[in-house]
Amino acid sequence: MRRKTPFPLTNIMAANTNSRRQFLLDMAKTACGVGMLGLGLGLYARQARALPPTAIRPPGALPEPDFQGACIRCGMCVRDCPYHILELAKPEDDLATGTPYFVARKIPCEMCEDIPCVKACPTGALDHQLSDINKAKMGLAALVDQETCLNFLGLRCDVCYRVCPVIDKAITLERVHNFRTGKHTMFLPTVHSEHCTGCGKCEKSCVLEVAAIKVFPVQLAKGELGKHYRLGWEEKKKAGESLVAPEIEHQYTLPEGLKYEQGPGLSGEAVAPPAAPGAQPGIPQALHGDKL
Amino acid sequence: MSADKKMGADAVMAKGWLAAHRWLLLRRATQLGILALFLLGPLAGIWFVKGNLAYSLTLDFLPLADPYVLLQSLLTGHVPEKLAFTGGAIVIGFYILAGGRSYCSWVCPVNMVTDFAAWLRRRFGIKSGARFSRQTRYWMLAMTLVLAGATGTIAWEMLNPVSMLHRGLIFGLGTAWAIILAVFLFDLFISPDGWCGHLCPVGAFYSLMGKTSLLRVNAARRAACNDCMDCFVVCPEAQVIIPALKGAAKGLGPVITAANCTNCGRCIDVCSKEVFRFGFRFINKADNNAPQGETTALGNRP
Repeated sequence: MRRKTPFPLTNIMAANTNSRRQFLLDMAKTACGVGMLGLGLGLYARQARALPPTAIRPPGALPEPDFQGACIRCGMCVRDCPYHILELAKPEDDLATGTPYFVARKIPCEMCEDIPCVKACPTGALDHQLSDINKAKMGLAALVDQETCLNFLGLRCDVCYRVCPVIDKAITLERVHNFRTGKHTMFLPTVHSEHCTGCGKCEKSCVLEVAAIKVFPVQLAKGELGKHYRLGWEEKKKAGESLVAPEIEHQYTLPEGLKYEQGPGLSGEAVAPPAAPGAQPGIPQALHGDKL
Repeated sequence: MSADKKMGADAVMAKGWLAAHRWLLLRRATQLGILALFLLGPLAGIWFVKGNLAYSLTLDFLPLADPYVLLQSLLTGHVPEKLAFTGGAIVIGFYILAGGRSYCSWVCPVNMVTDFAAWLRRRFGIKSGARFSRQTRYWMLAMTLVLAGATGTIAWEMLNPVSMLHRGLIFGLGTAWAIILAVFLFDLFISPDGWCGHLCPVGAFYSLMGKTSLLRVNAARRAACNDCMDCFVVCPEAQVIIPALKGAAKGLGPVITAANCTNCGRCIDVCSKEVFRFGFRFINKADNNAPQGETTALGNRP
């Protein structure tokens, strides 16, 4: 039979205590059952708040888990992506069911200038404030394996550097002496988080069987300095002068005649000291005599 | 309905097969038509409608949004863009007129799954079933709303068979079929009308939205009722019929005012006496010229 809301409780009480007992028991049964389901679902949802490392959200996506509160899983971004890059997560995928993502190694973001996916989003889960695709932070590339990166092996692969839509800003080639050969230069691809949009082109184009450079959700790829850390050279630039005054003049203990300057290095010619009479071999020069 | 008589047979005999299935056919056509409109884009590249039941844009002009998922999103602390609100308002307005749970029987794709389970139950006389309160759905509704607030995510969407089936058909089903199969088997073997009639919080939400809706089924010719019980057998929310059909003595009007009537119109179809018809909430009067004296005692029908 259909049970009414708790309001006719007084009638039931008047009728008999058995039906009141039954009523309360039924309420408890329902509340417990639904509560248990809710608990399970809640725990499942909590687990899904972390984004798996290969899933990259579309441009402008709010940070997880805010995104999962804002995205209503309508798939409008998927539809308006002209390159069919985005997918909606299926129940078996390890991110929140129905939410949009792409896998960089499969197909990266083409970084359309008019950002149609963001415009299509009806809820602002993809932030409509994003108007310049170069400011997007879909993820962050990281050269995760220096052992297999061809440039680290001394070759000139450079593919990730060349395909980068923000070339020479998001990825630069840092020149380093190749100590293995002793006479070559290595051109090390280096990602700069300030400019990397996380489009995934570098990961997609890495020529290796498994990419040595990968795009991760920003919070997985980025370190963070302690809040109290100050970079001396930047503070100096900001202040226009050294913050430690007066600047310390370094004293070097050098053989006579030699001079050391920061930058140029050693200069001058060492004067061979005369052998002190009675000097004991093995005792440093400085400890001889009374001049310490 | 006597045990040896097929439900709806009287109606077919009295009105013909087509008239006895009119609303059912219309309803299936609507459900499949809506689905086809959504599928036309991905399958044929004709984009009348983009999106899914959570939010869609028709002809790049008309936004429609599910107010239930928007409410959950609001409870997570996110304020959606204007477009979603506009879509939600249009949908709320529509169902306030057309009956909240019309969504269930005319739009929701899970309805076809659970209707099929109900049909099989009748066909094979499956009587087994755990019976529990139909109010459970409101507990479920409360649970999903609390969960949205507590987790800060639209947690119910991780499980919701309604959106999962509709989204799945359009964007790729994946293992969502297993959840739909579970709903089907639950309805078939465990609980009659178990999902749509007892548990589904989406239906619960729409029932509250349509509590005062305009379009309602009216047992206008209730005086002609011959107690064949076919409407009770076919109705997925049979409790809603009783006050309208049998409330004449208590002075109750013939309009089915209960929020959980899904306006599916099956009672209209299966009634050989044409007791029911669609009408409006505020015209709550029985037809005066209805034939009298055809009523017989329950189960005592010639």
